[in-house]
Order: sequence, then C-alpha cells, then structure tokens
Amino acid sequence: MRRNGNRPDALIETLHSIQSTFGYLDEPALLYVSDMLSVSPAEVYGVATFYHYFQLKPQGKHCCSVCTGTACYIKGADQVLANIEKTYGIKPGETTEDGELSLLTVRCLGACGLAPAATLDGEVIGNVTVEKLQQRIEEVTVHDNA
Amino acid sequence: MITRDGLDQIAAEEQARQAEHKQCIRVCTAAGCLSQHSNQVKEALEAAVAEQGREHECHVKGVGCLGLCSHGRSSTVDPDDVLYEHVKPEDATEIVTSIGKEPVERIKCPTDVPFFNRQVKIVLENCGIIDPESIEDYIAHDGYQALATALTTMSPAQVIDEVLRSGLRGRGGGGYPTGLKWTTVAKAVSDTKYVICNADEGDPGAFMDRSVLESDPHRVLEGMAIAAYAVGAQKGYVYVRAEYPIAIERLKSAIRAARRAGLLGRNILGTDFDFDVELRLGAGAYVCGEETALMASIEGRRGTPRPRPPYPADYGLWGEPTLINNVETFANIAPIINRGSEWFASIGTENCKGTKVFALARQITDTGLIEVPMGITLREESCTKSAAVCRTARKSRPCRPAARPAAASRRSTSTCRWTSSR
Repeated sequence: MRRNGNRPDALIETLHSIQSTFGYLDEPALLYVSDMLSVSPAEVYGVATFYHYFQLKPQGKHCCSVCTGTACYIKGADQVLANIEKTYGIKPGETTEDGELSLLTVRCLGACGLAPAATLDGEVIGNVTVEKLQQRIEEVTVHDNA
Repeated sequence: MITRDGLDQIAAEEQARQAEHKQCIRVCTAAGCLSQHSNQVKEALEAAVAEQGREHECHVKGVGCLGLCSHGRSSTVDPDDVLYEHVKPEDATEIVTSIGKEPVERIKCPTDVPFFNRQVKIVLENCGIIDPESIEDYIAHDGYQALATALTTMSPAQVIDEVLRSGLRGRGGGGYPTGLKWTTVAKAVSDTKYVICNADEGDPGAFMDRSVLESDPHRVLEGMAIAAYAVGAQKGYVYVRAEYPIAIERLKSAIRAARRAGLLGRNILGTDFDFDVELRLGAGAYVCGEETALMASIEGRRGTPRPRPPYPADYGLWGEPTLINNVETFANIAPIINRGSEWFASIGTENCKGTKVFALARQITDTGLIEVPMGITLREESCTKSAAVCRTARKSRPCRPAARPAAASRRSTSTCRWTSSR
C-alpha cells in the first residue's frame, strides 16, 4: 500500500499481496485495507467478491485449479474435474474436511497447446488425464478418506 | 543515463560475448514446456556440457516459445540448425555429443515443413532466440533501436505517420487502425496521458499474448514507450492476467532491467522524454479484457464496463486521454519503426497489413503458435501444420479463431466458420 502511495487504486494489488501471503482474504484484512486506503468497506468487499481470483475462505494446504476454458473442456477437463469432485467429495470453491486440498476452476491458463491443463500449488500441469492429476494430488497430499 | 551510443555499445559487447561460443543450445522455458519440466532439461544439458569440458565453446540458454507446443519439451542446436522435440534430461549427453555431427534422429523434429517454412515472423521473431530475462540479449538483437530512432530522429507526428502508413490494425480483435487511435490520443489536450497494454488475454484457446510476454517482454515495453512518445504520455500500465505467473515475473524483471538501463524512467536516451511502466494484475474477471472495465480495474474498482462515448482516447484512466492497445499490436511497433511502414504494408492484404499470430489448440494433431501473413485461409493455415492436421480439420465441427483478426480469411472451408472479416 505504501509502495502505491496508499491510494485507492492500490486496492487490487493489495488484495493480491494479502492473498499470496495469507492464502485468502479474511474480514479483518479487508477492514484494515479499507482504513489504510480510505476506501469504504462496502467498496472493498465489492471488489473482493467481484474478482473470481480472490478467495474469502481459508484454503487447503494444497490447491488444485482445473482449467475449464474451451480448449481444455473439449479435451476432457470436465471428466478430470468430475473425478476430483467424486474422489475428494468437494466441489469447486470447497476444501476437504481435513484441510488438505482445495479445488478451484479457472477459465484459461493460456496453456491451451497442452490442453487439458490444471495447476497444483501454482505449478501448471499440461496434458492432464484423470489418472495423472489424481496421482499428482496424491503425491502431495495425505488423506484419511481418499 | 544511457545514450544511443551507449545502447550500441551494449549491443556490440553482447554480440561479441555471444560470438565467443560457437555453439548454442536453446531450451524453451515458456509456460508450455516449463510445465513439462524443461528447466530440468536445461540443467541436464548444462551438466552434460560441463562434463564434456565444452563450456568454452557451447552455451546453453533458456529461451521463449519455440512454437510447436505439442512437441515440447523443445530445444534447438546452433549452428547445426536442429530442432529437438520431447527432449528428456536423459537425452542431454547424447545431444551435446552430437553437436557438429549427426543429430539424434529419434528426437529430431523436421523443420523443412510448411509449419515452419510458411510462417513470417515479426512479432515472434525473437521468441525462441533470445533469453527473455536478458535485456542485453534483446539489445543485441536490435532491441530498443526503434525507440532510439524515434526519440532522436523523429517527431511524435512522424512516428504516428509511420504507424498510420504501415496499415497496422489492432490485434486484440477490434482491428481498429492503430495509427488512427494514436492520432486521436495525440490530439487530446491534456498534460497527463496514459498508455495501457491490454494483456488480459481471456479468450479460451488464446495464448499468443502470454507467449510474447514470456518470450520477448522488452519488445512490448519498447512498443509502449514509442507509443507514449507519439501521443504525449508519461505513464504506462501493463494489465496482465493473474493466471499468467511466468509472464508476470518476466515482465517485472524486464521493467526493472529497463529502468536500470535508463530505457524507462526520466530523460530516456538523453532526451527530455520521461516514461515509466507499472504492472497491474487482473484477478480472474473475463470482462476486464474490455477496455473500460480494464481501466476501472486499474483504478482499483470492480471491472464494470461503461458506455462509450466518451472513448478512452478522450476520457480514459482517471478521466485522462488514454491509449489502449493489445500486446501483439505493441509488439509490431519496433519492427515498423526499424524497417519502415512500406515494408510492413507489403505483407498481408490490401485492407489488412502485416501478420497475425495464431494459437492452435483443441482437437488437432499439432498445437502451438504460428505467425502468418494476413489473408491466409484456414485451409492454408491448417496445412502449414501437416496432412494429419488437415484431415482432422475437415472432420471437425465448426471452429473459431482463438483471436479475431480483422481479415484473417476471406474464404472459409466447408467445416469452419469465421467471424466476419472487415
């Protein structure tokens, strides 16, 4: 915020910094930003909820984001997503009960040449199959009921 | 503060440094190949070069997108002019050993094919050649020469005239004549003006802008600086999607390097031209690819579009005259200034000059990036890939271009429809 002169236009960059540091945007953080940037809480909340990228709930230890853009969807992203939902019992936007894995969807990672694509903990995985993504998730997570 | 002579000196020194190595192995480190761990291939090649005691003659370099993404991890070897596909770290020793001898056939990718031969690279000419994280490498390949030419030998009006006569049209999809947009912003009366690069490439299937930003970020910054000089702007923003982390890091690095080199900031190249660029991240809103929503987002607000007029050229960012162009549009500017509007206008069709970068994805055999002259038909474009692709394309359901070039094709195949050309 200081780097941007505590101006209101620093809001989105600030929310990015908070999310990358703490994993999500909680209410105290939003109120703090509102105070520091002289932007109303309603406006801060409006911005935080407008942009799909921002999470207002705590995320799991690991985050898997499946691309559901057209190229990936045609190449079977829906099946990849359905398998994660079925295996871990969560829908996009949710986290497993043990807090290990959060599932998100994203509209186009720009890795369309390697569709279907997904990210796991920020790392892009191309040519994803049902089995490949599940294997990668299992390598990084510990689940009681997977 | 660097001058034009200083720029030339950096170029000469870097060219001399690169000439010390007679051989160069370039490894693609754009998102596609990196997602397949091409960094491990690069490390393995460096280790193999060291193991064979060839560091004095062979340099391993990370470069941007080599184009044939479905055949990644890709590497090229010079001066043998060999392209390798699906390279694994275990292939490294064999590749290094084969330099100057017979290439490794099992991973050799043919290059004397229409996919490569029929491309005309302008926007992508540095991609796969230079290290995107080295400003010196960019300068050694005529980087920032166009900016120097514009600032030291041309007036803003002359720069706009050159862009107008080139016939360049917006590459973001609108196809609006770029020179005309610049003229409008230049004529606006205000002490404060802005230049924005729209890098919010939200169209599914499109990864042209991502590749340019990851592979040749300085080309975009140089285009923005030339535009700012032409229209009278002092501040620029690159609005890039949060979903492009590699592009973000490379842009940040490029901006820092350009500032350190005195090519962004105050009194650029010893002139009284000041221009600096900041990065602004998107946050997953597709609508922010639309210019008024994008500006709202830069201002820290919800990305809600507004009616036009007024257009950004008159009333843009914070109410000031603002020039917004696409990544690919800016990437065309330096070549136009360096080689002339006449050269650019000689490529393409009567109403649509230059080239267009296409991202090939979905249900085709070979996917990746190509750059072809405007006016190419979809059938020709498919056939730049391979016969297998043509067969696939004929059986496919209606397809749409990943971008909507102004006049990509005036003929459509029986299986494909295009948006209307202009």
